Amino acid sequence: MKKQIKFYSGNIAAAEGALVAGCRFFAGYPITPSSEIAEHMALRLPQVGGVFIQMEDELASMAAILGASWGGAKSMTATSGPGFSLMQENIGLGAMTETPCVVINVQRAGPSTGMPTLVGQADVMQARWGSHGDYEIIALSPFSPQECFDLTIKAFNLAEEYRVPVIVLMDESVGHMFEKVVIPPKDKIKIVERKKPTVPPEKYMPYKAEDFVPEMACAGEGYNVHVTGLTHDEKGYPQATDPEVQDRLVRRLCDKIRKNEKKLRDIEEYEMDDAEIAIVSFGISARSSKAAVRFARQHGYKVGLIRLKTIWPFPDEYFEKLADEIKKFVVVEINYGQIKLEVERNVGREKTHLLPKMGGEIHKPEEIYRKIKEVYNGN
Amino acid sequence: MRMEIKFGGFGGQGIILMGNITARAAAIYDGKNAVFTPSYGPEARGGAASSNVVISEEEIDYPYVTNPDILVVMSQGAYEKFAPILKDDGLLIIDEDLVKLRNGEGKVAKIPATRIAEELGKRIVANIVMLGFFTGVTKLISYDAIKKAVLESVPARFRELNEEALEKGYRQGIEWQEE
Repeated sequence: MKKQIKFYSGNIAAAEGALVAGCRFFAGYPITPSSEIAEHMALRLPQVGGVFIQMEDELASMAAILGASWGGAKSMTATSGPGFSLMQENIGLGAMTETPCVVINVQRAGPSTGMPTLVGQADVMQARWGSHGDYEIIALSPFSPQECFDLTIKAFNLAEEYRVPVIVLMDESVGHMFEKVVIPPKDKIKIVERKKPTVPPEKYMPYKAEDFVPEMACAGEGYNVHVTGLTHDEKGYPQATDPEVQDRLVRRLCDKIRKNEKKLRDIEEYEMDDAEIAIVSFGISARSSKAAVRFARQHGYKVGLIRLKTIWPFPDEYFEKLADEIKKFVVVEINYGQIKLEVERNVGREKTHLLPKMGGEIHKPEEIYRKIKEVYNGN
Repeated sequence: MRMEIKFGGFGGQGIILMGNITARAAAIYDGKNAVFTPSYGPEARGGAASSNVVISEEEIDYPYVTNPDILVVMSQGAYEKFAPILKDDGLLIIDEDLVKLRNGEGKVAKIPATRIAEELGKRIVANIVMLGFFTGVTKLISYDAIKKAVLESVPARFRELNEEALEKGYRQGIEWQEE
């Protein structure tokens, strides 16, 4: 099969990426500005033998995709801020039960119902910390329709590999803008499937892992399947009063992501070779940032761009190393300082600057350029 | 070079589709970079509608239209709303039956797109007449590319009608250019 060239919005590209990745179950509840994803999945899933369900709300949507995953399907939901809030409880259940699934959040301006039709990037911390208890999550942030396609495939692959809900943190701008999307031939796209048990059913330990991630038997495959949100041992039995079991479990849930941060790291560096100042950005904000860097370079400013494609886990080590080389970091994001906190944690307060935007619009390259000049000149 | 184009009119005229077709033609059939962003809000048929296209040979970073080089309007409301942001040396393209100009406009190209569409038997193809005119006047997109993009956007039984509409507009656009 040859590569195909399409003209897609980010939302449609994400839905098509999900299908290519093998998604065959979608449960969701429509919400602006993510609804086109559900709409497109409702059209496309029946064509490929999949199932689409419009649920009664987002709590149920999230529950349904966890169930589908345990039934053996690759599953997904898509929402925006208010719906993402409602999903948090079951995202935690997904983390605890190590259920591969993908949640797309097309961010709009919040808090609460905020500005339904307009852009925001303020759910970054919520994606990381939205559910209670200690857990780690993976979150990816595309900055173009092409990346909505690519990173949604990647999200499914990582969900399968690490057995964790993976969040695709899109935003309204990226979701609604149309651009060329190249769809590679099928045999050029890497697809990952969850590890299946290799031992006979009587020897299967559903939560015992050699390398952090246990093999996953699904319902109906002849193995005992235990799924509980309670603290559980390697057999999957609840051990809700044993701190040692809790210690082992929580360490593993977190370490399977933390200890693989380097592998999960996905950063685009632009003009960073001799940069003295680094813009740090992601999603749609990184496009304005790139324009500003291009312009600033023409005017002799030694500035580069660090674009985070993987937001969580945060690349601590990467920033720690850069702290000596780079004089100032300017974080450009459509919120009042979230990724800024992560950068600050690694490079120090005095080196970190923020160019926030409260939502409803994206940064203009000119404002970023002005900030670059200001920081460059030490103001 | 980066070119910003804004299409404006009222909901139901196919304004959003115009932007989509234009950008798709440029991106897929002319091999340039193009971004299309529909105006997005609580909008309805009869209300104001607009869509935006950025076309460039280079990578397009900032995706939105701030000061269009070309403004194509098919309603008085859209003209009043968007004319102030048109670049000083920008080109204004209007449906001359639907837009009454204030004095002192710069470069203007006019066509009675809706009237032509009515003569063709379907008012609904006015946007395609206008797209043809836009293509002829600006030469930003090849005729071949816009034709492909139009024809793949319409149901098979309306292909002939749309092709005729596109060609009529295009020929007038070429004439305008020659004048």
